[in-house]
Amino acid sequence: MIALLMRDLRLAVRAGGGFGLGLAFFLIVVTLVPFGVGPQGEVLARIASGILWLGALLACLLSLDRIFALDFEDGSLDLLTTAPIPLEGIVAMKALAHWITTGLPLVIAAPVFGLLLHLPGPAYFWLIVALGVGTPALSVLGSFGAALTVGLKRGGLLMSLLVLPLYVPTLIFGAELVRRGAEGMATEVPLMMLAGITAAVIAVVPFASAAAIRINLR
Amino acid sequence: MSIWEYANPVKFMKTSSLVLPWVVGLAAIAMVVGLVWGFFFTPEATNFGSTVKVIYVHVPSAMMAINIWAMMLVTSLIWLVRRHHVSALAAKAAAPIGAVMTLIALITGAIWGQPMWGTWWEWDPRLTSFLILFLFYLGYMALWGAIENPDTAADLTGVLCLVGSVFAILSRYAVNFWNQGLHQGATLSLDEKENISDVYWFPLLFCIAGFILFFVALVLLRTRTEIRARRLKALEQRERMA
Amino acid sequence: MSLLAVEGLCVSRGGLPVLEGLSFAVAPGEALVLRGPNGIGKTTLLRTLAGLQPPLAGAISMPPEAMAYAAHADGLKSTLSVAENLGFWASVYATHDIEPALERMNLVALRDRAAMSLSAGQKRRLGLARLLVTGRPVWVLDEPTVSLDVASVALFADAVRGHLATGGAALIATHIDLGLAEARVLDLGPFKAKPPEEGGFKGHFDEAFG
Repeated sequence: MIALLMRDLRLAVRAGGGFGLGLAFFLIVVTLVPFGVGPQGEVLARIASGILWLGALLACLLSLDRIFALDFEDGSLDLLTTAPIPLEGIVAMKALAHWITTGLPLVIAAPVFGLLLHLPGPAYFWLIVALGVGTPALSVLGSFGAALTVGLKRGGLLMSLLVLPLYVPTLIFGAELVRRGAEGMATEVPLMMLAGITAAVIAVVPFASAAAIRINLR
Repeated sequence: MSIWEYANPVKFMKTSSLVLPWVVGLAAIAMVVGLVWGFFFTPEATNFGSTVKVIYVHVPSAMMAINIWAMMLVTSLIWLVRRHHVSALAAKAAAPIGAVMTLIALITGAIWGQPMWGTWWEWDPRLTSFLILFLFYLGYMALWGAIENPDTAADLTGVLCLVGSVFAILSRYAVNFWNQGLHQGATLSLDEKENISDVYWFPLLFCIAGFILFFVALVLLRTRTEIRARRLKALEQRERMA
Repeated sequence: MSLLAVEGLCVSRGGLPVLEGLSFAVAPGEALVLRGPNGIGKTTLLRTLAGLQPPLAGAISMPPEAMAYAAHADGLKSTLSVAENLGFWASVYATHDIEPALERMNLVALRDRAAMSLSAGQKRRLGLARLLVTGRPVWVLDEPTVSLDVASVALFADAVRGHLATGGAALIATHIDLGLAEARVLDLGPFKAKPPEEGGFKGHFDEAFG
């Protein structure tokens, strides 16, 4: 399984900008928002955490459709399925590789983007916590959508339609956590809910994804 | 004799062709009685005016929107566990009806909300949840449409329905947490004191029964069509292979 | 004692049966070559044996973790080198030694080349080298010699022979003559599934209209 993780990371790096591409996309979103809503600092500060969350969602989504599709096209998904690793483990590892290449750089770079959007001081800490706790769920849920649409030629748009509704709880609790943190309110409840959702998703969804892949390969 | 016999396509086609006219007739009677009674023969409420009458469409359609998803969940589970084709096709047949019910609930809600709250749309938990439910219906139908092999499509949409159900419920609570809304609580409980008065209640019961029967009729009809389409597909496939 | 035994197997493609009543056994040291025209269901049969799809009927008996499957596509990653591609599969199957396989398939000189710069035949050789690093006794091969030249086919036949000599078994779907004199040949033609009018398997919707 470690070998699979290393292979996927190596592929992401060799494919050019595995780490950088998500960040560049994030930067563009953050740059475009002030054009849309105006440059006033107080407006930007209010919507900053929401924008950063939406950016994370979209960056995650755009990189997801290839997570299984490439392996499906070159036949390695067939071979991996017959390999001595459980398919659930393969799915989990691929989601982890996806998170390391897109989610983790976002978490690390989020304070810089927060700066551009006038994020209020106390919110920085909570933004990093929220993204750090929430984005793994995005990758795992996304891998479920990718597994459902792996056999389809043009699955990208359909996958967005399938996956985005599943992101609702994570987005709500993640954004709420940052908002409450910024206003100095109690943060336990949204933090617990966010962490709970992520933990449950990591524990359960790989089984659904693996089932979907088996069905698709049949 | 077990209930699973009705999952056999032949048995289903026979039974449904006998039952269908009765269901259609009863649905028509119940809906006409309920709607006419509700719209024209109930007094205008003191603080709501005539706008209250939209409940005769709004409440049944909202109930159906949720119950149809629950029915799809059950039929999907039956398909995934027992591999009865009719069950999967019934789930497929129900989805567009559920989506339309959700849409009707949203639109009638907007029509009611305008005079009551002074706005067509409010990010109220119930409204938002219904919008999310509508998205789930759309995704479910889109997945059915996108996959060529019918058995693969049935399996994948079944898995999506299971995962989607969990997340639909989760979203409902998340949305509640996110924004406490304007929407009134349940007014249709069995407890007499909390209930709306009988004058409004009886026509509403007719409307609910009418909507349920109407849904059953549509599902039977659409499932019959799906079975015929599958039969056609099987014949075509065999032709190609022979 | 056979490594792979199939009893009354019926396999389906797209919900319709393509082969039925199939029974055979492959003993250690034995190779079985499957023949039949295009579309008869060779790939479907091999995918069923590999566990990628469920059989419609019948039983497959094989010791657990005994099978290595090679499909039409080699599953190579074009940006990884030959050694990295092979090394990945070696660690998945926990065998870790890729040198004998490289040597056997004449890939030593190419070991640091990226897979995308290989010719079709070289890629195929790399795909077949994967079988050697799995260390599994039963090889299930789908058209293994596509795009190989005569010398490489001989190389492959040698590899299969070596595999058989160590007590392995192979099931090979192919159109060409591999030069494996000892291999048994099974023609799939007689096992073609009959339409339901002649008493074949009935689909779930065949009876819907009596």
